[in-house]
Amino acid sequence: MDHLITVNLKVNGTDVTKSVEPRTHLVDFLRNELSLTGSHAGCEHGVCGACTVLVDGEIVRGCLTLACQLEGAHVQTVEGLTESGAIADLQTAFHQRNSLQCGYCTPGMLVCASALMDEHPQASREEIREYLSGNYCRCTGYEAIVDAIESTMKNRAAGKALAGEDA
Amino acid sequence: MNAPVPGLKPTTYIGQDTPRANARRLLAGRGQYVDDMHLPRELHAAFVRSPHAHARITRLDLSKARQARGVFWCGTGHDVAAVVSPWVATLTHFKGLKSAPQYAVALDRATWQGEAVAVVVAQTRAQAEDAVQLVEVEYETLPAVTDMETALDATTPVIHPDLGDNLAFTRSLDTGGVGDVFAGAHLVVEDTFRFGRHTGVCLEPRAITADYDASEHQLTVYLANQAPHMMRDIFAKHLDMPESNVRVIARDIGGSFGIKVHVYPDEMAIVGIAKLLKRPIRYSADRLESMSTDIHAREHRVKARMAVDKDGRILAFDMEDLTGIGPYSVYPRTSAVEGNQVVNLTGGPYDFRHYIASLKVVFQNKTPTCQYRAVGHPIAVAVTEGLVDLAAQKLGMDPAQFRRLNLIPDDKYPYTSASGLKFEQLSHHACLDKLLKLMDYPKLRAEQAALRAKGIHRGIGLAALIEVTNPSALFYGVGGARISAQDGCTLRLEPTGWVTAITGVTEQGQGTEGMIAQVVASAVGIPVEHVRVITGDTDVTPYGGGTWASRAAGIGGEAALQASKELKSNILALAGAILKRDAAGLDLRQSQIVERATGEVLQPLSETARIGQYRPDTLPREFQPQLSVTRQYGQRDWPFVFTNGIQASYVEVDPDTGFTRLLKHWMVEDCGTIINPMLVDEQLRGGIAQGIGAAMLEEILYDADGNLKNATLADYLVPMAAEMPDMVFGHVETPTKSSELGAKGAGEAGTAGAPAAVMNAINDALAPFNARVTDQPFTPERLLKALGKV
Ligand code: FES
Ligand code: FES
Repeated sequence: MDHLITVNLKVNGTDVTKSVEPRTHLVDFLRNELSLTGSHAGCEHGVCGACTVLVDGEIVRGCLTLACQLEGAHVQTVEGLTESGAIADLQTAFHQRNSLQCGYCTPGMLVCASALMDEHPQASREEIREYLSGNYCRCTGYEAIVDAIESTMKNRAAGKALAGEDA
Repeated sequence: MNAPVPGLKPTTYIGQDTPRANARRLLAGRGQYVDDMHLPRELHAAFVRSPHAHARITRLDLSKARQARGVFWCGTGHDVAAVVSPWVATLTHFKGLKSAPQYAVALDRATWQGEAVAVVVAQTRAQAEDAVQLVEVEYETLPAVTDMETALDATTPVIHPDLGDNLAFTRSLDTGGVGDVFAGAHLVVEDTFRFGRHTGVCLEPRAITADYDASEHQLTVYLANQAPHMMRDIFAKHLDMPESNVRVIARDIGGSFGIKVHVYPDEMAIVGIAKLLKRPIRYSADRLESMSTDIHAREHRVKARMAVDKDGRILAFDMEDLTGIGPYSVYPRTSAVEGNQVVNLTGGPYDFRHYIASLKVVFQNKTPTCQYRAVGHPIAVAVTEGLVDLAAQKLGMDPAQFRRLNLIPDDKYPYTSASGLKFEQLSHHACLDKLLKLMDYPKLRAEQAALRAKGIHRGIGLAALIEVTNPSALFYGVGGARISAQDGCTLRLEPTGWVTAITGVTEQGQGTEGMIAQVVASAVGIPVEHVRVITGDTDVTPYGGGTWASRAAGIGGEAALQASKELKSNILALAGAILKRDAAGLDLRQSQIVERATGEVLQPLSETARIGQYRPDTLPREFQPQLSVTRQYGQRDWPFVFTNGIQASYVEVDPDTGFTRLLKHWMVEDCGTIINPMLVDEQLRGGIAQGIGAAMLEEILYDADGNLKNATLADYLVPMAAEMPDMVFGHVETPTKSSELGAKGAGEAGTAGAPAAVMNAINDALAPFNARVTDQPFTPERLLKALGKV
């Protein structure tokens, strides 16, 4: 695979220009080219959601998206959402409620949950479960994740989002 | 007169829902899993794997792969065997267990689909994977042994001719007189239970980076593994290196559940190649490789019967277990343990004296099986509880009442079970009481009856269980396994008054580090935020067993407690020397040296520690402050410290489609002293979810030729958020007297009991149709078959 494609995009607010093999998936691009190792590869065929990131505000599977398709796009990963403080309340809720164990699914869960909270800020528990149903977690049994998302939504709705614990 | 300053009181974090230490960086995407880390000059390995379950390699040509771009090295099994010696996974306490020598990469014959037959090393992973396609292998396929039921037939080929037959291990147990008891029993219930082969499906696939430095003859292995010291010993042995020249580092691990506590041939190959090439070599399994090479578990068929008297008292069990383990016993823990546990644990919660059991463990051409979370428990519990519910039904007794009659009375301890297990003190009846209350059992039964009248078929299933935790050396050590039966904790008082805790038990998300921090903070007398916990590095931590068999809190926690008490007494001695007071009159509370009797603050710990570190010249000449301590702990009172618990499942079955909806799940359990209730509940919850996976979804399917048919996550189904019921927990606390902390394990009880509870709930729902299922997973198809609809 000698042929490289140059792609210009924005990642977590920063302009990035890189030459990539056409077959390079977004998750490998983020992890290997940009050292953004918060996004994980769990199945590499679109089932587990560990690679979930935002592209222009929509959740996508980093293992099903080719990096070379992203000319002009804005990619946001857990690192970017953390630095901007956009999900600090959700991260605090996850910590308080122990909504993570090994943490491998967690970046994908957070990205997915942040999209859910933007799209359906009043989602019910069933709707939260439904929305997360493309994100596999082997450790938690999901309930603590649902609890943390639900409580964060309630707090946001009440306009008293908790500040990040150590933000 | 001034009002007296209120004195400081002792505080504790034991029993508190303290958020976990070391978890925030995982939330920020700052975890350090093996695949996240890179070393200078590293190379990537990829494996050529056998497409056949059983085949002789007739030609293996690496020449084209060697020419491919970026390829640095290619090797066969023979090349790797030159640096990695083979192993045979037997232990002397499993009498008669046999297995064949296993090589890191197959030499001339592949024995399961997915076994590595060659390896390619290249500059990038993609290049290595590309070059794998260029390796030419010709095979002569051999007949595959797949069906465990016929594995011992005279006409079935023997996988390892040198072993004589396909029988890896057999065990029988007979308390005597069992036949007469069955013959004279009022009621005998019997059934056959089948368990689908499944696997751990850790979200992080197995991963390793091995770095060999020839100048120091030093091997450093970054490995996602639960037992770093065990792996260090094994790497040293099979690479013929001094153990002290091997360092194993296990940083963050993306789930393990027993999957990452075994020796994997491909990982052995990676360390060998690193030594051979004197370069860092890395390898991560992809999902297909995980499904076909991570250990599998639980392929069992159990025929069992239970004898009951006219009052509904259990008299005897008779159980015959057949299990298929793949072509090799897995190193070093062996593949005899699971079946052995089924024999030990069947009937475990109940008070009866007569038991006869036999176990056959057979070889097959499928992925090797070994210990996965709850090892043998889910099988023993499903068999036992399935028969218990059947007997209750036949006698027209309420299943809760039947259990009440038969569970070992809470005042009958210490107790030795019919299979010879020794129980220190269990609380089955207290747990049952609490469970029935928690779920409002009578109301739920009434609701069930009312809905049944309307054609809605709900079922309630109970499952009592015991769990093996806090193992002594009897688990592995006595059989010759070099797996530490103790663990240690080193504490270091920093000049700031903070404490660094370095422990041999490891973290894979259970909350080990948080648990250790809570124990240390409580016993030393400092805020939990002032404890830094370090795990998972054989050059740094005390030698120890690591995390498995639910031992981290019970063994590692006790070592931390004893170290904390020692450090605290050293700190008070130092404070006494500084303050010129008797140390016996001092205490350390909330990082303050106080007068024990009044709580009056005398000196901040930061000042004590500062003087101890920087100004010992101000202390009496003969006094040397001891600011680091290590304590080790091994559990020696019992072979295992058992826990107990009981689960309940509430389901709705659609008799037209065969679909089951899980409505709710309850569990009450007793893991002794609870250090962090939230972490314990989350262990139970995650464990139950895995048990539900086994009961409802998970089954590795092979065809008759040994081809794995569902090796992707699209085909092998795992529990997702939408299918999981909410779960409710309760606890009874019976601390073990074998340690001062009193903690027992909690990591596996959820998985142990969930399949049985779900099975009994489904069968309760199916009872009006005279239908019954006992083959897991309970798919819609199996339910429809039981209902006679397909
Ligand atoms: S790695 Fe992308 S969905 Fe699993
Ligand atoms: S926390 Fe381990 S996979 Fe979700």
